[in-house]
Amino acid sequence: MSLLTSPQPAAAEPAAAPFLDVRDLRVHFPTEDGIVKSVDGVSFTLEKGRTLGIVGESGSGKSVTSLALLGLHKGTRAEVSGEIRLDGRELVSLPERDMRALRGRTVSMIFQDPLSALHPYFTVGAQIAEAYRVHHKVSKKEARERAVEMLKRVGIPQPERRVRDYPHQFSGGMRQRAMIAMALVCDPELLIADEPTTALDVTVQAQILDLIRDLQEEFGSAVVLITHDLGVVADIADDILVMYGGRRIEYGTVHDVLKEPQHPYTWGLLESMPQITGDVERRLNPIAGSPPSLINPPGGCAFHPRCTFKGWVSGGRCAVERPELVAVPGTGRHLAACHLTPETRQEIRVRTAAGAAQ
Amino acid sequence: MTAADEQEQPVSTTEPTAGEHLLEVTGLTKHFPIRHGIVFQRQIGAVHAVDGIDFTVGAGQSLGLVGESGCGKSTTGRLVTRLLEPTAGMVVFDGEDITHTPENRMKEARRNLQMIFQDPYSSLNPRHTVGTIVETPMRLNGINPPQGHKKRAQELLETVGLSPEHYNRYPNEFSGGQRQRIGIARALALRPKLIVADEPVSALDVSIQAQIVNLLQDLQREFGIAFVFIAHDLAVVRHFCERVAVMYLGKIVEIADRQTLYTRPRHPYTHALLSAVPEADPDGTRRRERIRLAGDVPSPVDPPSGCRFRTRCWKAQERCAQEKPPLVRLAGNPDGHLTACHFPEEPSVEARKEDIVLDPALTASGDSASTSA
Amino acid sequence: MLRYLIRRLLAAAAILLVITVITFFIFFALPSDPALLACGKTCSPSRLAEIKHSLGLDQSFLTQFWEFFKGLFVGRDFGDQSVRVHCGAPCLGISFQTDTPVLSTLLGDFPADLSLGLGAAVFFLILGVGLGTLAAVRRGRAADKAAVGLALLGVSVQIYFVGLLLLYLFVDKWQILPASGYTPITQDPSAWFQGLILPWATLVIVYLALYTRLTRSSMLEVFAEDYMRTARAKGLSTGKVVLKHGLRAAITPIITIFGMDVGSLIGGSAVITESVFGINGIGKLAVDSVQNSDLPVILGTTLFAATFVVLANVVVDVVYGLVDPRVRLG
Repeated sequence: MSLLTSPQPAAAEPAAAPFLDVRDLRVHFPTEDGIVKSVDGVSFTLEKGRTLGIVGESGSGKSVTSLALLGLHKGTRAEVSGEIRLDGRELVSLPERDMRALRGRTVSMIFQDPLSALHPYFTVGAQIAEAYRVHHKVSKKEARERAVEMLKRVGIPQPERRVRDYPHQFSGGMRQRAMIAMALVCDPELLIADEPTTALDVTVQAQILDLIRDLQEEFGSAVVLITHDLGVVADIADDILVMYGGRRIEYGTVHDVLKEPQHPYTWGLLESMPQITGDVERRLNPIAGSPPSLINPPGGCAFHPRCTFKGWVSGGRCAVERPELVAVPGTGRHLAACHLTPETRQEIRVRTAAGAAQ
Repeated sequence: MTAADEQEQPVSTTEPTAGEHLLEVTGLTKHFPIRHGIVFQRQIGAVHAVDGIDFTVGAGQSLGLVGESGCGKSTTGRLVTRLLEPTAGMVVFDGEDITHTPENRMKEARRNLQMIFQDPYSSLNPRHTVGTIVETPMRLNGINPPQGHKKRAQELLETVGLSPEHYNRYPNEFSGGQRQRIGIARALALRPKLIVADEPVSALDVSIQAQIVNLLQDLQREFGIAFVFIAHDLAVVRHFCERVAVMYLGKIVEIADRQTLYTRPRHPYTHALLSAVPEADPDGTRRRERIRLAGDVPSPVDPPSGCRFRTRCWKAQERCAQEKPPLVRLAGNPDGHLTACHFPEEPSVEARKEDIVLDPALTASGDSASTSA
Repeated sequence: MLRYLIRRLLAAAAILLVITVITFFIFFALPSDPALLACGKTCSPSRLAEIKHSLGLDQSFLTQFWEFFKGLFVGRDFGDQSVRVHCGAPCLGISFQTDTPVLSTLLGDFPADLSLGLGAAVFFLILGVGLGTLAAVRRGRAADKAAVGLALLGVSVQIYFVGLLLLYLFVDKWQILPASGYTPITQDPSAWFQGLILPWATLVIVYLALYTRLTRSSMLEVFAEDYMRTARAKGLSTGKVVLKHGLRAAITPIITIFGMDVGSLIGGSAVITESVFGINGIGKLAVDSVQNSDLPVILGTTLFAATFVVLANVVVDVVYGLVDPRVRLG
């Protein structure tokens, strides 16, 4: 039952090791009620210049995964196991001291709510300059100049003046730009963006997503985008990893996952979302029930208590046997963890499409 | 979802007593004063939260209010339900002018005019049982249903998809989606004619969001309840509301039926807003126009003269600064499609020959957007 | 900021006025008669009336208050033809007991309280914040438990117990320190310091508890903030994350309480410490004046203490503004 054997979608050339290679990552939090298995065996790869969207609802483990990439669980109660290889270097076992040297420089992060993620008592410029000076031996003045330059790059008007402002004097969109400037000030090779636009208005969200994409092209970094919004990943990501209850349930290119989704949970997510185009009369098809417990997850497939299609699998396997993440036949790079046979899935999708068209 | 089990008569059978609209809002304005001073505070300005808006909602209809933070959509909701008192303008509900009705005489209107809030965590009293929460509006309004308060409350819980056994439990025992259901049950308790729903699903996960949207749709159809649905999510609003009004800096800039608004918008801001909505379809984004605004929404304390959107508009000319564009039906637009713009856009959301990118940090020729016609 | 400061100062003046009126009124309503006390055992009715007149006690409440209030700004004269005492503005009246202006007595005793209060405050702030930070960083571990336990011990003992114990150990038994008391710093800085070590230590033991706990809980709250995670994500060392980003935010609520404590300490609230160590401070003056029904001194000490607490409040607000740009820049 090794997850390590499952093929990786982005590994086009298996000869070279991928830039980021996460294998069987587990993050468990011991609590009084039991062990919370926030992340329970997640693997993925990512090349430089590419974007991976990790999608899931609250409690799916997507944010905990992102913090593990930065080694931010070190020194907490969390128990992290598995491997995170960044450019050949293993990070899970890396001592805090060495990890610190990577943070902000090789791996950096954009957080969800820029108002709470920026320190209220320091100027925006000081915070960006600090991020630069941690990793570069430069004078305060040089770091300040670098901060101005970065603010300018992310599109903040009058950066020489705004560099002296405090976060509360910025608008929401400007704050997120400042956050991006801070994350990119050391030219990181891996950028993690945890719900970077969730707190923003829609026109600002579009600007920020475009900005992240532009900057990625310019800096050539790898980007991990954590989001609950399939629209956001469709817009910006190359690959999608769908998480449920701390595990992967579907993984593939944006096109494969969104156009040819294979897992009933992904179907549910897509059918829960109203669209901006298309048939307005189409009724939403929500996923029944609520997310699973992470302490006592359901046996077998974690999604089975909410799954409409478990009856299509013979012998009640869904409740007892955890489905492996395997390649969808004929693709090789599109993986799904579901007991439904490809033929059955095809039949269900044809029926659903027919039902929606009526 | 067991809305069909409900025994009550649909509200829609009772016609509004006067006029053809259940809710009629004219020139609605709310200015929040800004005071300043050492000992005696004097007013030095005002936040123009809502600045003269007109709209109507017919019985059983649903109107969506969309716009970004600070556009005044939530304030509008609070003015309509009289949680706030308007600075100017008029709110006529069910034939009665409730613009300045004092609190103690609002009882009758309140019964028919309920509100659902965004945050299901903070809008329910944690010390009260679910039963108490749902019953309180009935008791306060002296309504004694024939089957008794408890039975009625349990029926309502069933209507919103909860179990009658939840009657004695406390809000903290429920998930976000379930709490929103409790809030809806409370709003339904008085069989209102209009519900103002302020971002009712934005705090919820996608799958739960869909459950609540479906529930609200069922209730609307079953009981003929009219809705003012306030949300920043344009897709949800399109899904739920027949008519949609787009707000910007305290004004309605465009209002139309949803089909028209989402496919044939005329106001540049509506175009910008629609173009910014991400679609869970990797091809869809390429087919649609790409507009990226620059800068921020100006301060509502000192809004721009003339058209409020002109400072961020790619079509703005001198006239836009001098003349306030009236909200009118433009030539070629269907009935009921009103736009406040001097230089309206073509009625299409298709990708353009060239993207409109005003943000200086962004490259205009993003490879994601089609540059060919 | 200036506007804000003016507003705060005006409010402070209003509060002081209210306090004056209330104190005056309470004293007026008291059953004891200061004239009777001043008159002594062999007191004749005519002598009593004379004393009442010379103290101004035969006038109406309003007149008495007005006289007092006027004295604050222009000064007043007391006594009759035989004895005449001038009390310059700001006049808080003259003591019924000693016939000296209250203000000069207060100012004479003030340096002792200033030395005692400020000195102790510096120590308990630094130690308390340090211990609290340590406890927060090592939350749940031995250092945390030790710090919390120590703090609990400090808060549960009484000043006179700690004070007497210290006196016994350091002065009587081991004879490391001279008998404590107050020597003006201008006279002999070394004696000033040595004499105050034990009083300071006593106050520190008592106040340390509060500041350790306050800092610990404030720090733990700050640790949960998103910006602390951001600081770590930048690659900052734990020390920098805690001391620069954490403490900067955690210190704000502590400043508020610290300001109040300093204000009331130098205003004479360390009365038990004063008496244990035989320091003649404002606290002792206040207690004596109450025993003697010495209205002007009661009023004087109350107003004096209130002024410091109110001023400390203003200072706290201003410092708050300096620390928190969201307050300063709106």
